[in-house]
Amino acid sequence: MSSEITPEVVAAHQLSSDEYQKILSLLGREPSLTELGIFSVMWSEHCSYKSTRVHLKKLPTESAHVLQGPGENAGIIDIGDGVAIAFKIESHNHPSFIEPFQGAATGVGGILRDIFTMGARPIAVMDSIRFGRLDDPVTGARNRRILEGVVSGIAHYGNCFGVPTVGGECVFEKSYEGNPLVNVFALGVFKHGEVFYGKAIGVGNPVIYVGAKTGRDGIHGASMASAEFTEESKQKRPNVQVGDPFMEKLLLEACLEAMKTGAIVGIQDMGAAGLTSSTCEMGSRAGTGVEIDLAQVPQREAGMTPYEMMLSESQERMLLVAAKGREHEVLSVFKKWGLDATEIGVVTDDGMLRVKNNGVVFAEIPNRALADEAPKYHRPFTKPLRDAPVDGPPIKSKGLTADLQALLSSGDLCSKRWIWQQYDYQVRTNTLAGPGAEAAIVRIKGTETSVAMALDGNGRYCALDPRAGTKLIVAECCRNLSTVGALPIATTNNLNFGNPERPEIMAQIVESIEGLAEACRFFEVPVTGGNVSLYNETLGSPILPTPVVGIVGTLPTALPLPLRFAKPGLSIVLLGGLGQPAMAEMGGTQYAKVIQDALWGVPPKLDMAYEKRVQQTVRELVRAKLLASAHDLGEGGLAVALAECSFGDGNIGADIHLDTHLGPEMLLFHEGPSRILVTTQSPENVLAAAHRNSVQAVAIGATLEARVTIRNRNEILIDSAVEDLKGLWARALEHLLHNPVLV
Amino acid sequence: MKIGIVVFPGSNCDHDAWYAVSENLQQQAEFVWHESASLGNLDAVILPGGFAYGDYLRCGAIAKFSPVMAAVKRFAADGGLVLGVCNGFQVLTECGLLPGALVRNAGLKFVCRAVELEVATTNSPFTHEAEKGQRLTVPVAHGEGCYIADERVLDEMEDADRIALRYLDNPNGSVRNIAGILNEQRNVMGLMPHPERVADPLMGGTDGLTILQSLVHAGMSVSQS
Repeated sequence: MSSEITPEVVAAHQLSSDEYQKILSLLGREPSLTELGIFSVMWSEHCSYKSTRVHLKKLPTESAHVLQGPGENAGIIDIGDGVAIAFKIESHNHPSFIEPFQGAATGVGGILRDIFTMGARPIAVMDSIRFGRLDDPVTGARNRRILEGVVSGIAHYGNCFGVPTVGGECVFEKSYEGNPLVNVFALGVFKHGEVFYGKAIGVGNPVIYVGAKTGRDGIHGASMASAEFTEESKQKRPNVQVGDPFMEKLLLEACLEAMKTGAIVGIQDMGAAGLTSSTCEMGSRAGTGVEIDLAQVPQREAGMTPYEMMLSESQERMLLVAAKGREHEVLSVFKKWGLDATEIGVVTDDGMLRVKNNGVVFAEIPNRALADEAPKYHRPFTKPLRDAPVDGPPIKSKGLTADLQALLSSGDLCSKRWIWQQYDYQVRTNTLAGPGAEAAIVRIKGTETSVAMALDGNGRYCALDPRAGTKLIVAECCRNLSTVGALPIATTNNLNFGNPERPEIMAQIVESIEGLAEACRFFEVPVTGGNVSLYNETLGSPILPTPVVGIVGTLPTALPLPLRFAKPGLSIVLLGGLGQPAMAEMGGTQYAKVIQDALWGVPPKLDMAYEKRVQQTVRELVRAKLLASAHDLGEGGLAVALAECSFGDGNIGADIHLDTHLGPEMLLFHEGPSRILVTTQSPENVLAAAHRNSVQAVAIGATLEARVTIRNRNEILIDSAVEDLKGLWARALEHLLHNPVLV
Repeated sequence: MKIGIVVFPGSNCDHDAWYAVSENLQQQAEFVWHESASLGNLDAVILPGGFAYGDYLRCGAIAKFSPVMAAVKRFAADGGLVLGVCNGFQVLTECGLLPGALVRNAGLKFVCRAVELEVATTNSPFTHEAEKGQRLTVPVAHGEGCYIADERVLDEMEDADRIALRYLDNPNGSVRNIAGILNEQRNVMGLMPHPERVADPLMGGTDGLTILQSLVHAGMSVSQS
């Protein structure tokens, strides 16, 4: 390759001049263009975490349950009976803005491969998605189009692949209109002995390429930008890849079957940077070299350069290393499934990634230089960016029932049935609790154990205080799990932020990671992996800082405790008490967002020790079968939680009598944590359990048919037919989308 | 009783059918690979849900050419019991074992939810343990489940009592609320809802067992006769 490496070419690869100097010293010579491309993807923020690595080290990563922490394709957790789960979350934010359908679809595909490359069969997916406001007069139409595309893309991929989409969250906020967030969580299950790692072990072992052919799709944006260093290919290809869930399903079945032969010694999916990352990471982890000849790579089109092949992000491909002499056992499985499987190289002892094309060497780089010696930045940080004022508009409601109606019809709080009905949430017949539940629960067949999972974020809280906001998110996820009786055991996270080169954004990142570390340590839910998505900005305006947290837990397999009120005449107890919020804590709530159209103040106060005792109490109560339903108080506070509990098939509402000095808006809508609404036939047992755990609990009323009535000291605050509230809540999203469900 | 479950590349409810048959019904279940030219000694065959061969062309359009479908056709011609669920129903219509076709849902979107069904006939090996008019709650999960056929075919089926199941809350726009139909010999049934998903109390219902147990008991009496 003759192209000269000019400073412009280096810059077009988004490498700084310092980074280029580092490449020169690592190689001891000038890189070829192919080598420069390889460095640029491996040292990109996406692959190297260069801005966050020094801070991510602060996260707790170990516990008795953790079999594999960060650094592999996914974290692995022991759930007993010789069974383990692998789970992780990943973002596909930018592609989903450019091409919502394929962007989201390939996001699902990528995370599923991360799971089954380890030998685990994916059994659940959840999605955390954020968009601009659907009713925005200027950008609303585009936001609606992006939402519809993303949802269909997730449905298309997950449904065809055959993994249930069991839950998630969907939030609308102005700051996401130029930069939607699509974070996909996946979880798989396997036995302890079935775990595979991305390691190129055994010098002389063959390196085998399997799955879809390599095309020019998804080649690094930097390479597209400059025509001067592209040789023959003048044609621009879309930077977003196209997903083929059918191919992925075949790949899954073939990989799991091939793993059973015992002839595979290492395997890794080709995700970001495709052939590049899989080869050098597998070599680096094993301390070996990997030599491949691109002429052997199955190709979708003729005339691709080594540069293009190494940077292609064609989907549904895997790289594996087989035991020498047993290749045929692996190849025959892939043949059975009708997939390309080709020997493209060999494991060597020199620690180098050597890329040949028809025998000619195009790249020769130490694997460790690519995978482990990426630059690591201590980026400067100041105080977190914060635009919100300390004080907000006066809180004075025009009508409390009208406020409740507005909240229930708002994008964030309304029913998301329109979305999740497009997902197959039952395939594999493990879903005990699916979308709309407190936490998703899937049973593990062949054991007595089920896995519960919760996914949550809150950009508003984090914009006010990234550290406190992140801690609240961890607490909320753990509370969701505890409310269904599960013990939280491990965490994955997706950190979505703006440009880390801005010190006030970097400060958000640092504060958030430290908050995550503190809370995960306190709640004993170590972080086993995750993803960082930075530069989420449009025209210099960053998204709200949005760490998204996924936490998993275990519980005995049984019919799940419902969220909704089951029948009239049950006692309603508010575990954790009414709370004593300061006025400023209203500023981050949904009340402030929907009724005041404002963001101000501080996030709700969290006492982690108290929170932990509340969670302990509810788990005890669920396991002792003392509860008829349970629902934690989250966004929208007490009134919204009571309404949600009444939206069951029977329209069972509540008659609530409170006795507090709190102002009505605060009482109904504040979002103080550590509170769970339970119904029971034996309130005295619930109150006694709370007392034993030094947790407040207030008997606040009883369930009744058809109405929700809330009184404080004889003043009626809310009085509404369940049906009226439910109708607004159930149909709001369709109205916002101008897209009613036909039939 | 030995029930075969056909596995096409892209079948994804095959494991669910296997689990329902072996764990919930306590019968022998066996996977049958799409390249098998013979079914061996099965008592019944289930074509499971999924996306056979990716279904990128038209649902079931490629599956109909698979070796296993030639075997299934022979099995059906000899009176063997064949149950097609969701994608399996689509395959059965494509290969002509059942009339009509399944097209895109009227709502144009994939829909996954529980639906209310009414048992329209009990005169079949798949519904004989139900009461006529019995209501079953069984989930659907499909993008192309809108059943269509021309009026003549529909009238013929009605006259011959071959409509097995109807929707009470039609999720996809199917004509005459048709959720499941029988062939002329009544030994082949296709339905869009998934009985195997409600064969276990933990899954929130067991109405699917009415259909699956009918099949098992019918299959047993066939084997014994």
